[in-house]
Amino acid sequence: MDKALVIDVGKCTGCRQCELACSYEHTGTFNPARSRIAVFDFHEKGRFVPYTCTQCDQAWCQQVCPVGAITNEDGVKVVDAATCVGCKVCTIACPFGTVNYEPATGKVIKCDLCGGEPACAAACPTEAIVFTDVSVQGFEKMRAWAEKTDTAPQANA
Amino acid sequence: MHHLIIGAGPAGVRAAETLRKLDGQAKITLIDGEGEAPYSRMAIPYYLSGKIDEQGTWLHRPVDFYAENAIDLVPGRVASVDAGAKTVTLEDGRSLAYDKLLLASGARAVNPPVEGLDGDLVHHCWTIDDARRIAQLAHEGARVVLMGAGFIGSIILESLVARGADLTVVEIEDRMVPRMLDETAGSMLKRWCEKKGVKVLTSTRIGGVYEGGGELNIALSTGEAIKADLLVVAAGVTPNIECMHGTGVESRSGVVVNSRMETSLPDVWAAGDCAEGCDFSTGDLSTLAIQPVAVEQARVAAQNMAGIATEYHCALPMNVLETLGLITTSFGKHDGLQTGERATALDEEQWRYIRLEFHDGKLIGAQTAGHVNMIGCLRGLIQGRMPLGPWKDILLREPHRVAEAYVDLSRGVS
Amino acid sequence: MAWAKRILRVNLTEGTCKAEPLNMDWAMDYLGQRGLATKYFVEEVDPKVDPLSPENKLIMTTGPLTGTGASTAARYSVVTKGPLTNCIACSNSGGYFGAELKNAGWDMIIFEGKADKPVYLVIDDDEAELHDASEIWGTSVWHTDDWIKEKHQEPQFQIAAIGVPGENGVLFSAVVNNKHRAAGRSGVGTVMGSKNLKAVAVRGTKGITVNDPEAFEKAVNDAKAVIAGNAVTHEALPTYGTQVLTNIINELGALPTRNAQDVQFEKANDISGEAMHEPRRTDGKPNLVRNAGCFGCTIACGRISQIDPTHFSVKDKPQYHHASGGVEYENAWALGADTGVGDLEALTYCNYRCNEHALDPITTGATIAAAMELYKIGALTDEDTGGIKMEFGSAEALVAAVDAICDGTDFGKLLGLGSKRLCEKFGHPDLSMSVKGQEFPAYDPRGIQGMGLTYATSNRGACHLRSYTVASEVLGIPEKTDPLVTDGKAGLVKVFQDLTAFVDSSGLCIFTTFAWSAEDIAPQIDAACEGDWSVENLMKVGERIWNLERKFNLDAGMTAEDDTLPKRILKEAAKTGPAKGLVNGLDKMLPEYYELRGWTPQGVPTEETLSRLGLA
Repeated sequence: MDKALVIDVGKCTGCRQCELACSYEHTGTFNPARSRIAVFDFHEKGRFVPYTCTQCDQAWCQQVCPVGAITNEDGVKVVDAATCVGCKVCTIACPFGTVNYEPATGKVIKCDLCGGEPACAAACPTEAIVFTDVSVQGFEKMRAWAEKTDTAPQANA
Repeated sequence: MHHLIIGAGPAGVRAAETLRKLDGQAKITLIDGEGEAPYSRMAIPYYLSGKIDEQGTWLHRPVDFYAENAIDLVPGRVASVDAGAKTVTLEDGRSLAYDKLLLASGARAVNPPVEGLDGDLVHHCWTIDDARRIAQLAHEGARVVLMGAGFIGSIILESLVARGADLTVVEIEDRMVPRMLDETAGSMLKRWCEKKGVKVLTSTRIGGVYEGGGELNIALSTGEAIKADLLVVAAGVTPNIECMHGTGVESRSGVVVNSRMETSLPDVWAAGDCAEGCDFSTGDLSTLAIQPVAVEQARVAAQNMAGIATEYHCALPMNVLETLGLITTSFGKHDGLQTGERATALDEEQWRYIRLEFHDGKLIGAQTAGHVNMIGCLRGLIQGRMPLGPWKDILLREPHRVAEAYVDLSRGVS
Repeated sequence: MAWAKRILRVNLTEGTCKAEPLNMDWAMDYLGQRGLATKYFVEEVDPKVDPLSPENKLIMTTGPLTGTGASTAARYSVVTKGPLTNCIACSNSGGYFGAELKNAGWDMIIFEGKADKPVYLVIDDDEAELHDASEIWGTSVWHTDDWIKEKHQEPQFQIAAIGVPGENGVLFSAVVNNKHRAAGRSGVGTVMGSKNLKAVAVRGTKGITVNDPEAFEKAVNDAKAVIAGNAVTHEALPTYGTQVLTNIINELGALPTRNAQDVQFEKANDISGEAMHEPRRTDGKPNLVRNAGCFGCTIACGRISQIDPTHFSVKDKPQYHHASGGVEYENAWALGADTGVGDLEALTYCNYRCNEHALDPITTGATIAAAMELYKIGALTDEDTGGIKMEFGSAEALVAAVDAICDGTDFGKLLGLGSKRLCEKFGHPDLSMSVKGQEFPAYDPRGIQGMGLTYATSNRGACHLRSYTVASEVLGIPEKTDPLVTDGKAGLVKVFQDLTAFVDSSGLCIFTTFAWSAEDIAPQIDAACEGDWSVENLMKVGERIWNLERKFNLDAGMTAEDDTLPKRILKEAAKTGPAKGLVNGLDKMLPEYYELRGWTPQGVPTEETLSRLGLA
């Protein structure tokens, strides 16, 4: 995975076009409740935060899946809906809360980067979400944050 | 280099995969005690409810995966281990030498001291073979009694209802899932099940089980007796560590491991339900017997076996359960500490509950009913030991805003 | 497709919630939202109904595009008979509420009757249920929003609510959703309060489909590109919000000042969009925190502000120290220029309070301005005001007056009548700058002549959002006309009225029309909805809606005599600026307008007009 979703919260206006695009891409309907990316509205701080999976190296969700429904495709963790039994173990194992159970389908959903052309980034009118080279500084910031909450086994070697 | 892994459950299989990824040359042997294609117990309820077939429970499909990755799958049960000679002897007498050994032998279901649990109409629901037997007996309209409304009992409850069984649940404690849920949530779950047509008898003990005329007569501590076509026993599990007897390995209920998943014996690691390691919530040793811990421990063990020194920062107890549509979760020290603080929100009508436990400005435990959105954040907050700052006071008043708190604390940095 | 094809009927008297199919024959004639809800309303409600009686109904309605991926598809409207105007009322709001309601599978909610005790409605997809609101009755919109989410443990609820003034009969109470988005005008929130309905909370997860996905995607993307390529929608509005207008309109001599005694405000720049970006002297921070978009909006004109915590209005009131909705142009004008107050922080505080308690900030500011003029001429005394020195230019008086309305003091109750009833009560009806009971907004019809006809003929009382001729007369959209002349304005007003009526019925935001022509909008509606939605048909739908509203108002008792302007605008010439010496030439525009509309000289649609539009 040499490209990633880089999110600049300063640019987000809270329009939720990303949620619309994501749900449309994955369900064929406009339905933010089924989007893999969610915009948080911190109204009293005047801040909007688009939030989704960072495709973390630890791959908690993939590791824990009892039926192998989550695969790692070049760094992108993808749920195979046909295999998923809806046991939800991944939803408690992912410490970022970015794998979610979807009652409508009885399966879990997460960001799959739309097979390499993320609809959210394409729909964002302010470039608050861009799909770009992982070396971009913003992504390093996101990773640094991810590590802050990281409960992963740490390799010392 | 020969890595030998005892047990082909999720822990054993994850360890084998990890080892293969790290070392393309090593010989890897996986001993499968049940003689099945490696499968996940977590998937059994879905097999039993007819949502998936047997293959759907397999950890890898197709089963060729193991051959393709040069993982030698050996059916058999381990009788003993000689840590000095570095050999393992199977029950059929075969002996296997190893360089590094991982004990991932899991746990097995146990019976409480109740008369009559050895009949043909009484089964555990632990292995895929148990599930096949239950599937034969738990047909439409069959009278089924489930002994124990713990985590395992509650997770198969739904499958039994899905099969059309006329179900009665008997639980010794005063509520359902007593080790995972408090009285409020456990009682809510009981009422939920009753609303869905399941009889739930709490604070009730099964005194004896008597077979006659092709049916069971089950005596209850209340003095009543109920007739049944099938009794499913879900009264707890115990680690499979008998094969380590005589090795001198340090053990309690499970084999004791350190943060690298090393046992007290050289070149022997343990992971999963048979291992007893650090519990995040208490700092003490415990066996948690849950899937996330099993696979995470297995990965750490495998990395260390491959020479990459890796630490595991204690296992966090956590569970998620869907019972006839009501989803409950618990994380960490869900019943809190006396010196801590607590926030609860309860909506009986809408079947919603959340309880958060705080200590020292951090979240240490949580349990929920009726919540699914971004639930993993609870793990992140607890295990990440994130200082909550101003969010602690907000969450004390409005515990339902926990996902918002997590995102703000982790991403809201200006 | 696009429509959920289902409406929710809530009988508050009986406490029942029932689903019924959407009347698709009507949808083909009225599209949705403003048009379709008005059709339902006029079919079901006696035009002579007392707006605050249980016999009045209140409809919350989305458009077919609401909740889809089209830019700005956030909108919902509240349709009822307005207590401020006794006319048809239709107030439009953005935020996230409308899209959530549509996603729950409802095109509209019709509220009828009156609950015997305070209630709020909870909608969770198909399930709708009334709950006891006694614990939140008497509290603010902000508190209600937090309380309902906490009670139901549902942070994802979108909530529309009223504040205390709406419960207490203040005639210009709004319905506020997402804490700072308002269906603002004509007292729609007062009707909600009269029904003992405190709030509506909704969670929707059902999803929305469109009729022709491929064509819709293309039309939507083309239209988004037009917005992104337009200086107004891509630069001016995101940067300054509607507040970009303050200095422009002031220079034109069309910024009504001190209750429209003047047409230019010497402190206009202090309360402008530019000023919101300037670091404050006190704390070095600007008033503006950031811009914000409603659901699906690629313009994002919304203002999020934070008040200087040392400002007198919020000193010792930490509950107002956080960020929230900042002033828009109309609010800055009404609370500022019209009262002569040039203190941006005070205006922001008053704006917060209008959001917190669901007040229409235009009528709030304009009524306070009228009270200040009554006070100036001695008609209103310190005894009436409870000791507040209601002097033009006094930020302290402004803040105290807004607080009085929110708190329901005696003076607050007087102000709560709106300027028309207040000025009548104190013997000076001409000092109310209103039409049909509703105060006109931030464009002086002496400096922008077309807006005079806009205000006089607006079906919901004076309003800029029924035919925004400012677009043409000031900004040159779609083509520039001279704001100081009356020629051609009758036709301009008619076209803008019809265009706006269909845009307000679609789910889209009228601000898109700074960039979009009808030719940009029609393909989006046509792709989303079954039926023929050509520009020609949509304009006819707009005309049909306009005439339906007109007919309701006439049946309610309104006459051509009500199509007028305050005496000041017709008789007192502008004192300064480009319009110096001018009054509004309504008498030159109105007959031509009636004729273009196919109405009699008495302002009544002819039989021929009605039958051409299928209204006979």
